[in-house]
Amino acid sequence: MPTCIRFLLNGEKVELTGPQPTRTVLEYLRIDCGLTGTKEGCAEGDCGACTVVIAEASVEGKLNCHAVNACIQFLPTLDGKALYTVESLETKSAGKDATIVLHPVQEAMVEQHASQCGFCTPGFVMSLFALYKTNSSPTRAQIEDALSGNLCRCTGYRPIIDAASRMNALGHALSGETLDWIDAPAARSQAASTSEANLVKQLCALRNGAPHDALPQSPSKTFHAPRSIEELATLRAAKPAARLLAGGTDMGLWITKQLKQIPEVIYLGEVDALQRIAHSPSHLEIGAGVTISQAMPFLTQQYPGITEVLRRFASPPIRNAATLGGNIANGSPIGDSMPCLIALGASIGLRSVRGARNMALEDFFIAYQKTALEADEFVETIRIPHLVPQQRFRAYKISKRYDQDISIVLAAINVTIEANRLSDCRIAFGGMAATPKRAKACEAALRGKVWHLDTIEAAIAKLPDDFSPLSDLRGSAAYRLRVAGNLLKRFFAEESARPDATVSLRLETLETAAP
Amino acid sequence: MNAPDTLHPESLTGAIGRPIGHDSAARHVSGAAPYADDIVELRGTLHAAFGLSQRSHARIVSMDLSKVRAAPGVVAVIGAADIPGKNNFGAVMHDDPIFSDIEVQHFGQALFLVAASSHAAARRAARLADIVYEDLPAIIEIEDALAKQSYVLPSVTLERGDWRAALEAAPHRLKGALRSGAQEQFYLEGQIAYAIPGEDQEMLVHSSTQHPTEVQHMVAEALGVSLHRVTVSCRRMGGAFGGKESQPALFAAAAAVMARHTGRPVKLRADRDDDFLLTGKRHDFLMEYEVGFDAKGHILGLDVMLASRCGYSADLSGPVNDRSVMHIDNCYFLENVRVVSHRCRTHTQSATAFRGFGGPQGMMVAEQVIDEIARHLKIDPLEIRKRNFYDSQQTPGARSVTHYDMPVEDFIADGIVEKLAHDAAYTARREEITRWNSASPIVKRGLALTPVKFGISFTATHLNQAGALVHVYTDGSVLLNHGGTEMGQGLFVKVAQVVAQTLGIDIDHIKPNATDTSKVPNTSATAASSGSDINGKAAQAAALEIRARLAGIAARHFAVDATEIQFANNRVSAGAQSLPFDELVMKAYMAREQLWADGFYRTPKISYDPRTLKGRPFYYFSYGAALTEVAIDTLTGESKLLRVDILHDAGRSLNPAIDLGQIEGGFIQGAGWLTSEQLHWDKEGRLRTHSPSTYKIPTAYDIPKHFAVKFWKDDNREETIYRSKAVGEPPLMLALSVFHAIRDAIAAAGDYRHSPRLDAPATPEEILRSVDEIQARDHSRSRLPS
Repeated sequence: MPTCIRFLLNGEKVELTGPQPTRTVLEYLRIDCGLTGTKEGCAEGDCGACTVVIAEASVEGKLNCHAVNACIQFLPTLDGKALYTVESLETKSAGKDATIVLHPVQEAMVEQHASQCGFCTPGFVMSLFALYKTNSSPTRAQIEDALSGNLCRCTGYRPIIDAASRMNALGHALSGETLDWIDAPAARSQAASTSEANLVKQLCALRNGAPHDALPQSPSKTFHAPRSIEELATLRAAKPAARLLAGGTDMGLWITKQLKQIPEVIYLGEVDALQRIAHSPSHLEIGAGVTISQAMPFLTQQYPGITEVLRRFASPPIRNAATLGGNIANGSPIGDSMPCLIALGASIGLRSVRGARNMALEDFFIAYQKTALEADEFVETIRIPHLVPQQRFRAYKISKRYDQDISIVLAAINVTIEANRLSDCRIAFGGMAATPKRAKACEAALRGKVWHLDTIEAAIAKLPDDFSPLSDLRGSAAYRLRVAGNLLKRFFAEESARPDATVSLRLETLETAAP
Repeated sequence: MNAPDTLHPESLTGAIGRPIGHDSAARHVSGAAPYADDIVELRGTLHAAFGLSQRSHARIVSMDLSKVRAAPGVVAVIGAADIPGKNNFGAVMHDDPIFSDIEVQHFGQALFLVAASSHAAARRAARLADIVYEDLPAIIEIEDALAKQSYVLPSVTLERGDWRAALEAAPHRLKGALRSGAQEQFYLEGQIAYAIPGEDQEMLVHSSTQHPTEVQHMVAEALGVSLHRVTVSCRRMGGAFGGKESQPALFAAAAAVMARHTGRPVKLRADRDDDFLLTGKRHDFLMEYEVGFDAKGHILGLDVMLASRCGYSADLSGPVNDRSVMHIDNCYFLENVRVVSHRCRTHTQSATAFRGFGGPQGMMVAEQVIDEIARHLKIDPLEIRKRNFYDSQQTPGARSVTHYDMPVEDFIADGIVEKLAHDAAYTARREEITRWNSASPIVKRGLALTPVKFGISFTATHLNQAGALVHVYTDGSVLLNHGGTEMGQGLFVKVAQVVAQTLGIDIDHIKPNATDTSKVPNTSATAASSGSDINGKAAQAAALEIRARLAGIAARHFAVDATEIQFANNRVSAGAQSLPFDELVMKAYMAREQLWADGFYRTPKISYDPRTLKGRPFYYFSYGAALTEVAIDTLTGESKLLRVDILHDAGRSLNPAIDLGQIEGGFIQGAGWLTSEQLHWDKEGRLRTHSPSTYKIPTAYDIPKHFAVKFWKDDNREETIYRSKAVGEPPLMLALSVFHAIRDAIAAAGDYRHSPRLDAPATPEEILRSVDEIQARDHSRSRLPS
């Protein structure tokens, strides 16, 4: 890696020599720069008080702008990107007791009385700023989603949601043929085209100007950012003790919460080959380095039954950093993507200097946080077969809170119905065992049987053969087993019910029930 | 929706009744409003972290801190022996050690403090201690404490009438029990103190606290110095909710002792997990009741037992539990009643203040009893509520005195409930929902309308006092000091409005100053919803004194009587003659008139015997009502808020925009307490929910799309500041309507034949348990469409 990283901080070019590999962006901003507008509320990516916005140029030269949690983002990953903090938005006017000229997002927040104690406010402003730059007329649901990673304890959110509905109108009211990129709302990108093009040019220059290999190396190389698969494989083999870093949304907590020291890191974010999404006639293939946010539109289009689970997968700032490969390689029993991918019959491609191999995803998880990954290997791709018309796939997440919560139980159900019989099924659960796991006994009770509630009831009775879940802070073993079975009933009800019947809390029929 | 309207049109920008914004709003959204951790650090500042107990109850056999001292960046490590004064931060019973060195009493208790060159270095070092514990029996659960009679304070019994005879004679009797959960304040800004040593044993502490004076006292006691050597300052907090009333003293005292020990400034900021493990939460309660009633649902006799988990020390548990006892009635007349209140000592964090201060738990019993009676008699719960109301303000009679002997002279809940039920179509919706439920086997909807009556004043009478200090400078700008603290509730802007109105000037001429014990001394906590009531009155008194002096100058200038002088629209006038305010100020200065003044206020009418809990503890009551509709999924226990309508009494609102924020925010915070927020201690007493990844406060999705809040527009009948009412805590209890709407939906899952047994928080697991239980009481039948 570069011992020198270069990025734009609120529009100004910064060069840093030899940053610690795991120094967080939040520490850098607050301690090194004295930019204290960005707050620490939890240091684990769960409250959003530290939300900042990153803009980067895509391979095609387009500007990609998204919110991330500064508290668990490592500083060296900023290389070649533009970082915006709350301090970048407003401008100060001259004169006695100089007043502040607010950004439309900020102005909307003030107008709607959307701050009380103000501590969470900069984070909300930056989440809304990311929305402002990417969506010119957000719906209520899109606003709720954009804010799902930001906690406010004072307002009850109503005024913040109203501010989000107002900010674009204020942005459109800004005068001027050309607008600064920061001020221009998404729909008026024309007005900011010059400044946006300039920004892309600057970012490309940062990334392309000096290839990493050409940068001076420090004697103790601690942060490696390979650009090709081959480089990565070689490094992985040479540095078995180094940790692989993708989005860092879990590794960040090793630093901020477990206070671990990680002396050597191999960062995957610069390996272009890991960022690819490809369609074959039979499969969707997703590179391990693709973020959840990038994968979402492809996954939801191909597998509509996964939509709600992905929508409730952490929060946008986490999804913007976290990768599908990381969620898998991490091997956590509560990662939300795995049961879905297992039920869909996904396989993964692993690679090392020794070559490549494939395995069914369900065979990858061996025990609690233990996977089949060899010391010199990394996850390269995830291959998911397309659904066939006879297949019906749905996934359900149960948690104490709807948004940004870890699943108590996650159920992914994929059944093939032919001539009113269940010719095949794959059912996988998260939160029910030490690893994401298929319900084999339950599946056996369904396979070949008539598609009927009695069949479902019989299969539910087999769940205790598949799982002996734990009781913990999220839920008791009894609840987990009970709700796991009931989710099969929900699946049956959703597949059998009239379209206008209300069989869960999230159908439109319920929304319209309350006048 | 909920656009605040102006109750009192005036031309001044900050006139009383105007919905103006928070004084710091523009700085909040710009990241330019500094909190304690944002203050530019002085040279040599050290960063501190506590070493925490890894046992719930144990004797410390040995504590070897050599590895801590040797860790990179460490400058000093201190423990109990290094405290020059008293090893205590508990203001009431003096039973909270800053550092435990002999015995630990909860998992996460502070043992020592390490100061290092960085926050990260201090945290890392603090985990390196070698401590040998000898475990002692630990009491974690309320039941265990009750069985062992383990109490932090003596139990309290409040009785009125012959409750026993009334119960025995009642045509109907029901017994029941329920629980309410603990709740973490989850202020977004964690606990923090920044202590800066000065000359002659002085100490300046920037503390994020609702109670600078108490922090000053505890710091001075720990340092062994007089109060005049310690200054505590707080410009703003990033939320508090009661969690920064008594708790900040621990952080301030420890930081100050370290600052004295090292001679360097010391910042002590708790990491979020440490904050959860160290500090107190809302008391969780076990409540048991027996109620006797007639066929119409009138409560004839009530016997209640309250037991709360107080943790290892008394802290504020006495007044918290007293308030529970006093709010057991909510809006209902209880002629014959006994309340027994146990304050259980457990080996957990010392439970403390949280918005509502015991009131919500007390009211929960009242609402549960009403709901149980209604479901037993098959009468709509709203009807039972109305039948048990206190006598109306218009027609006070025999049913107007609380069980603690205070006459309810201002009862308006009947009118509020009537209007809300009408405006939000209670009856029609009740019928529609019942019909809808009968055709919906899996999803059930529920509806509930609950009222709130909340007593306003500190129950400790002496705390109901406040001071202010108003400076007018020669350019006409005003600096405002008072004893109240700003935690986001908008106190600073409200008090500034009072001064603006009194002096007849625009609010941008007035700047609120940080709350500072060297400006206004001997203050009370900003708590008990009293902030604007008492500080507003104190500031008004100061501003009136300045106005009187300026009127004298103006009277001479205009050659009129001082009574003819008007202060309005940034001018001072007498008939047709007028002067800009700032010009008059300069004239007053030249005439050697004093341009600053102090003000003081003591709440009238209150008197109360803390031994018997009888008397008039409250100056007045604040009221409100909420109508809430929910839906539940009977397969998973998930719930969703669908619609909320609130009608709330803020008296003659000082600032409807600020008050609206308190109502909406309080309601959602209460809804969190009753649904998704669950604190989980394991068998060993280890708190397993200690960060936002495990403890779930509401998010934007959780609020209802229809969330309509309106004000009940009526002056406070007592002579409060501009006839306004306190609005900080009461709205939280409006969320009891959420709990009862969920109960209603569960009842629907049993075709309204039985009353559900449901504890709070109503998590998906608890709701599903309750649904399964109620359905098991009937013959089993398919709940699915065939």
